[in-house]
Amino acid sequence: MIELNGLTKQFDGFTAVDGVTLTVAAGEILALLGPNGAGKTTTVRMLAAILRPTSGQACVAGYDVVEHPREVRRRVGLLTEHPGLYLRMRGQEYLDFFGRLMGLDAAECQCRARELLARFGMPEAWDRRMGTYSKGMQQKMALVRAMLHDPAVLLLDEPTSAMDPQSAKLVRDAVLGLRHHRRAIVICTHNLPEAETLADRIAIIRRGKIVALGTPAELKTRLLGPPLMELRLSHATDGVVKLVSGLVSVEAQGEDWLRYSTPAPQQTNPRLLQTLASNGVGVFTLSEAPRSLEDVYLRVVEE
Amino acid sequence: MRIVAVPARICTVTGESFRMVLTLVEREIRDTLRDWRIVWPIVVLTLFFPALMSFVADLALSWVARYGAPIVGERLLPFMLMVVGFFPISFSLVVALETFVGEKERKSLEPLLATPLTDAQLYLGKMLAAVIPPLLAAYLGIVVYLVGLYFFKGWTPPLALLMLIILLTTAEGVVMVSGAVVVSSQTTSVRAANLLASFIIIPTALLVQGEAIIMFYANYGVLWWIVLFLVVVDIVLVRMGIHTFNREELLGREIDELNLASLWRTFCGHLRWERWFCGLDTQKMPRWLRWVGTLGGLYGRDIPAILRHSRLALALVALGLLFSAGIGYAFAARYSLPPDMLKLDHVSAATFADLPSVDWLPAFTVGGVLSNNVRSLLVAALLAVFSFGTLAVALLMAPLAIVFFFVAQAAHLGYNPLLFFAAFVLPHGLLELPAATIATALAVRLGATFMSPRQGTTVGEGWLWALADFIKVFVALVLPLLALAAAIEVHVTPSIVVWAFGR
Repeated sequence: MIELNGLTKQFDGFTAVDGVTLTVAAGEILALLGPNGAGKTTTVRMLAAILRPTSGQACVAGYDVVEHPREVRRRVGLLTEHPGLYLRMRGQEYLDFFGRLMGLDAAECQCRARELLARFGMPEAWDRRMGTYSKGMQQKMALVRAMLHDPAVLLLDEPTSAMDPQSAKLVRDAVLGLRHHRRAIVICTHNLPEAETLADRIAIIRRGKIVALGTPAELKTRLLGPPLMELRLSHATDGVVKLVSGLVSVEAQGEDWLRYSTPAPQQTNPRLLQTLASNGVGVFTLSEAPRSLEDVYLRVVEE
Repeated sequence: MRIVAVPARICTVTGESFRMVLTLVEREIRDTLRDWRIVWPIVVLTLFFPALMSFVADLALSWVARYGAPIVGERLLPFMLMVVGFFPISFSLVVALETFVGEKERKSLEPLLATPLTDAQLYLGKMLAAVIPPLLAAYLGIVVYLVGLYFFKGWTPPLALLMLIILLTTAEGVVMVSGAVVVSSQTTSVRAANLLASFIIIPTALLVQGEAIIMFYANYGVLWWIVLFLVVVDIVLVRMGIHTFNREELLGREIDELNLASLWRTFCGHLRWERWFCGLDTQKMPRWLRWVGTLGGLYGRDIPAILRHSRLALALVALGLLFSAGIGYAFAARYSLPPDMLKLDHVSAATFADLPSVDWLPAFTVGGVLSNNVRSLLVAALLAVFSFGTLAVALLMAPLAIVFFFVAQAAHLGYNPLLFFAAFVLPHGLLELPAATIATALAVRLGATFMSPRQGTTVGEGWLWALADFIKVFVALVLPLLALAAAIEVHVTPSIVVWAFGR
């Protein structure tokens, strides 16, 4: 659904996006992570056919962004970084205006707009001037605008910024609800738990280049090493480290716990438990130690 | 793979496309009319002010009649008609100046740019939305004023005068709005746009003052010419607006930064050319022969390419020259010189020797003629920048019209005009005219770039490109041709003239 090949954008000699190559399949959600100024918004603007690439190719919903920018814009729903609403307009007029520009007829537009407003829990927004909306409502209205024409590609730049936790959860659920076998979704966000919750794959962009790309699990393994297991015992760890040292490499230990990493926990863990049991060591819990996407992100960005 | 960045500009707006323009216009106008700070002046200027004007006009007519000056009153009524039409369109600037840059500041531009609207549709929609309410207000103001005058004095304007005022008001409104929309699409803040608005307000104010004077002289023919002029300016500004509108620039540029180093690099890049000589590998040429490749590249490849690219401008200048010949002949038919003014039988070598004593002519030396021609062409290029290229053509047309005026005069006085032209003009003109035509065509490009920058470039880049082309062609081609022409003019032409006409 989205294919980028060596996509580059320069502004007056400054390279904002540098040879980005990636694909996003239909039905997939990709999160674009990166520090401020990394090139996320520029990439999204090129995908929305607002900016022209300096070099490289971008194909969105089957159309080249340079050759067929209008066709691309027809098929893309863009949630911009700022809601950018016309504050003197009512919700109804606003959605009718964008619906007409996107080629929807009035009845279809109204039906779809009401449905989306209801989904986001703000049916009252229909008749109110947008200047009276809260920040969260404005963001949700912008999201409704982006989804109004049921686009094949959704580009969401910071979809839950400025939202209270409840609204953010509502939007996250809505984004997951928008996952469709014929739709690709790209989310730019700084919210790492959100990215981990929503995205099938994550691309970390730094100084205009994709520096890491994969599923959250793949990225953790690749960048943080093999899974880290935490073993909690029913008593002190005296002698246990020596007991398991032939099976795993212990990385940390406490009074009644120890952590070890293993590339193949499916094979290692049963053997380890068997060894401990046969030596009369009581095991309280054995679980994977949590490793956050934040660790991955910080590792990549700091490199 | 390098993408050739050709912007998809759709300049024809028809059918479905026009529906989208109207959608935008409708939204913009509704939004404008929701702002009481805009609506209130509209109401005052369209209803209250014209009614007041018709009342004042009635009083003024009675007052001047008491002093036996009814003509002042007669001239006052059309003048006030023009004023009530102009006042409402004056606030069109407020709306037009913030069309794009205001939306950018309010962060509402990007969602609009992400719709399937083309650049042309966006530009036209915004422009129409800015011009329609003030124009309707102006027409309403005119109606209110005329109704008031009809009831107070029973006065109705002649139809031609009414048409003139309506067209003048419309053309002025479109000029102001289209200029303001161009400003709005090229600046990064409403404050900067307001500052630049002086370039619209001052000329318009001067024009209206001029129109007022003409109105009091009741020289309505001149006002029709002003309407025509304004229509041309309208077309130029709208075309310029569509061609210079660039959604990428609008969104990408955050501050009006003048990056001189980058500009200089761009300019130097356009000044360079590749070495070439008859398909040979110039890199393998001995170092002392590299200049052959440099000259070969310049004269064999680069200059021909520039001239090919300038063919439209060349055709335009050539057309201008033909037109100037016609003007020269036409004036000669209307204004005949006395026979003793052009006595070619007395021409001798001494005639040319005395030429330097004529104060307003350059010294009749190679240096004098050359420096005069170079100065004229450079001044023309400078004027071209500020006049979209038109003044450069006019400056070349003027001397040629004079030449043909004298050719026609010679014919009237019984001389052979072809021989006159062949003797006085052709020897050096064979080089001078092509040189001047080429220089003027490149000067036209310097001015026209603002209206229609080269595809894939910004206005600034396009202008630097045109400037680099002008400099290269001027130095490498025009200057040598002019030098040669000056030498012929000083040393050869006089002998031919004396041989053809003298004793």
